[in-house]
Parts: sequence; C-alpha cells; structure tokens
Amino acid sequence: MGRLDGKVVFITGVARGQGRRHAIRFAEEGADIIGFDLLDEIKGSPSAPATQEDMDETVRQVEALDRRIIATKADVRDYAAVKSAVDVGVAQLGRLDVVLGNAGVFTAPALAHELEDDIFMDTLDINVAGVWRTAKAAIPHLKKNEQGGSIILTSSVAGLMGYPNFAHYVSSKHAVVGLMRTLALELAPDHIRVNSIHPGSVNTVMVTNDTIAKLFRPDLENPTAADFAEAAKQMNPMGIDMLESFDISNAMVFLASDEARYITGVTLPVDAGTMVQ
Amino acid sequence: MGRVSGKVAFVTGAARGQGRAHALRLAEEGADIIAVDLCGPVPDLQYDHATPDDLAETVKQIEALDRRIVAREADVRDFDALKGVVDEGVAELGGLDIVVANAGICIIADAESTTPEIWKNTIDTNLTGVWHTVQATVPHLKGRGAGSIILTSSAAGLVALPFLTAYIAAKHGVTGLGKAYALELGRFNIRVNTIHPGGVDTPMGGMGAAFPEYIEKNPGIVMGGYGVLPETTTQAVDQANAVLWLASDEAKFVTGTQISVDAGMVVC
Repeated sequence: MGRLDGKVVFITGVARGQGRRHAIRFAEEGADIIGFDLLDEIKGSPSAPATQEDMDETVRQVEALDRRIIATKADVRDYAAVKSAVDVGVAQLGRLDVVLGNAGVFTAPALAHELEDDIFMDTLDINVAGVWRTAKAAIPHLKKNEQGGSIILTSSVAGLMGYPNFAHYVSSKHAVVGLMRTLALELAPDHIRVNSIHPGSVNTVMVTNDTIAKLFRPDLENPTAADFAEAAKQMNPMGIDMLESFDISNAMVFLASDEARYITGVTLPVDAGTMVQ
Repeated sequence: MGRVSGKVAFVTGAARGQGRAHALRLAEEGADIIAVDLCGPVPDLQYDHATPDDLAETVKQIEALDRRIVAREADVRDFDALKGVVDEGVAELGGLDIVVANAGICIIADAESTTPEIWKNTIDTNLTGVWHTVQATVPHLKGRGAGSIILTSSAAGLVALPFLTAYIAAKHGVTGLGKAYALELGRFNIRVNTIHPGGVDTPMGGMGAAFPEYIEKNPGIVMGGYGVLPETTTQAVDQANAVLWLASDEAKFVTGTQISVDAGMVVC
C-alpha cells in the first residue's frame, strides 16, 4: 500500500537529477508519472545537457517499479509544448493529482552589474515563467478532481536568502515564492494546495561542476570536489556537504500525500539548517 | 516496517488532543512512548483541563498497538519533575530518539484584561516548559548520536491574532527557540523544527467561546486567523502526520524549519 496509490504526478525536468529521483520515489509510493525534459543546450550552463539516454533511464527505473510513465521532450519556455505534454499524459493516464515544478537552470554566475541581459532573462523564463506555465497547463486538470490536488514548486535556499554572484538565480527563486503564495490563495477554494521546497546544495550536475566549485572556493585556482565539500560543510549547522536528491523527493512525497492535506502556502527548506545559520 | 520503528519518543501534554494524537501516530509507526501531562487545573483556563483518566486512555490506546509506554503526571513548569520522568522512561525503554514538546495552554483575554498571573502561567507553560523539555532530553539524544525535536508553536508563533498577547509572545518565543536549538544541535545530528497549527479540533478549542466578549468590547479590531482551504479546522492527526514526518528519517536533513499545518492561515 503506497502513500500515493492511484495518483498521477506531472514532473518537469524529469530526465535526471532531482526530477528523476522524484519520479522514482513517487512511483515507489504507487503513482504514475507524466514528465518531460528539455534534452537540449542552454546558453551559459556549466554542465552538459540531459540526454535522451538520461530520459530512457528514468523511464526504465519507473517501469521497473511496475508504474506507468509518459515521458516526452518539451521546453518550459514554450507554453504550447508544456500544455501538450500534460494533456497527452492525462489523456493516457486518466487524471492528474500532483504537479512538481522542478525544471530549472543555474547558468553563468557573475556580479549583478556584470550579468548579461539574455542570461538573466533566460533564467527568469525557465525558473519562474516555466514554473508558471507548468502550473497554468496543469490547473484545469487538477480542478476536475473533487478531492483537489497538490502543487509543489522547487525553489531553493536562494529563494529565501541572497547570494553574491547569482542575482539571476536568486531573483528567479524568490519569484517562485511569490507565485506559490498567489497560487495557494487562488486555488484553495478548489482544495488544491500549493507549497514550495527550498533545497540546499543537492548532489546533481547543477552543483557538482567546476563553475560552482570556483564560486564557493574563490581562494583556490583549481578547486576540487573535496575543496567544494570543505566549504559547503561550513554553510549549515549539520555540517554536511550536499543533500541527495531523495532527501528532496521525500519532502515532495509528504507534501503531495493526504498526510499534508491542510498544508498550503508553506515554504519548506530541506537544507540541513542553512536558513538558520 | 514502521516509519519510526525501534525509536523512543517523549511527548508532553499527551493525555488527550494533539499530544495523544502524536503519541498514537508515532506508536502506529513503531515507536515506544514516554508521556507526561499535568492532568490538572491551570487558573483562568476557559476550557476543561485534562484528567488522569485521559492519560490512562492514552496508555490504553498505545498498549492496544502493542507498543510500550511510560506515562506519568508531571508539570512542564517543574524542570526536576520533568527530567525525572524522562530519565525514568529512558532507563525503562532503552533510549530516546524523538521529542515532541507539545504541552501548552491558551487563555483568551484582551491586552487590558491580561493579568500578571495569565502572563506568567502562559509563558511558564508554553515557552519555559518547552525549554525545560529540550534541556531535559538533549543529553539522551546526544547519547544516541542523533535525534529529532519537534516543538509545537502555532500560527500565532508566526503572526499576531487578537486577544492573545501572552500566547502570541510565548509561541513566537518557541519559534525562535527552535531556530536557536537547530543552530547549536545540528553538529550532534539533532534536528529541531517547529510546527504551526491553525485551528485544531481538540478540547482546547473550547476556549473559542471566550472570544465574543472581547470582540464586543474592542470594536474595530479585525479578527482574521482563518485558513483559505474550504475546511479550515484541522484534526489532531493532521498535526501528528507532520510530527511523524519530521521525526522520521525521511526528514533527516530538515532542521530549523517552521511548518504550518493551518489550512493556509498565514499565507494570506
């Protein structure tokens, strides 16, 4: 008996990283999955893009759990594509209960006054407007459920605190909180709950790359993963270097389940205490 | 396999209401319980206090789940008494992993009508009692090398509501206390979070009958404090499900957070 038996969850950015782990964790709890990913280059990204092979691996792992998954290629910057992905998925799986607005980017860090205009705007387009388009496309399906639904937006500790050198990312993740709060108010009459999750550093390619290592170790010319870990451990009271994706997935499952049926409008950090330090 | 199998949880205010729900939910998922409750009167309460029979009923329900429970009458305002029960329970059950500082009172009075006694009893129970609970239990959690502490604050620990000055002050204090402990205890792998219930269907809810007098006496003060979901009153089990999640390894890197379980009361 899973905690999400019979539910269908829509996940963006599902090819790898947190999105893949959410798909597997939700499938373990009995849910079927609708997902998409960009599978293409993004300007300024310090890591290689997710590939079709990544997506195939997500599909394989969900299907190994005897759950269904409808996985397609789509871009959160393209509303028609997002709408098509969710509509096609719902047509095949029959319903929609949970939405995880997970897709996001972290590109080309620089001081705010040195950021390039297209880098800044693209970050907002993906991290905020992309989440809005995801919600917009999904809400009509959620409203068909008498028992409502749950929307969980992936923000970041950078959605609650400032950080130098990534004004674009910090701005976008703060904006996700405003979107979450507004959606929570607008959708409450339909029993649709909306919350945001605020991960600290998570062990995915968005974090484990040279650009991030140099950001956190400006004192070293060629910092290693171990050098990054040393700095990261100083940033939270539990003294850990990185979270794993499933730590975020477990919070998603809780907020998606009926155990959280009265939780809405909440900003939930999963950050080993970074916010209190 | 339960989500907190083999763990031991200490719950204050466990005779009924949210405290009993926490004890039951944790026991359903495999934990043994150390429970305390005052089981007696506090001056000025506008609802019936818990009784020894209530605590006995909690014991009966836990034992019906085939879990062990050490339950004692004790006052969270009395550090030595509280520590005595904790130490006794840990000796009997073999350790401590989870702490739920739930005991609290709520007395409705406008600012003008709040007497020094109301202030003192509220702060002593709702804030100092929580501090006592943590102080008495942390040594055992450190001995275990890990732990999860959940403090019951309130929506009133994040925002102000009318006619509750002492309660608001105490519950805001609990919110700060949670953050402060999270900061210091993280390096011992002890997590500390606060939950923030809105309206809960428990005997304490009986205090609501005291509001009209103060509303009438204070025209122009907006009541507020309602959730946005269609059903605004939560059940004790909804609070207990949040406690369970925070207590479990599913939340093993969640610390220093404030989780509202309030039907959206503080978002608006």
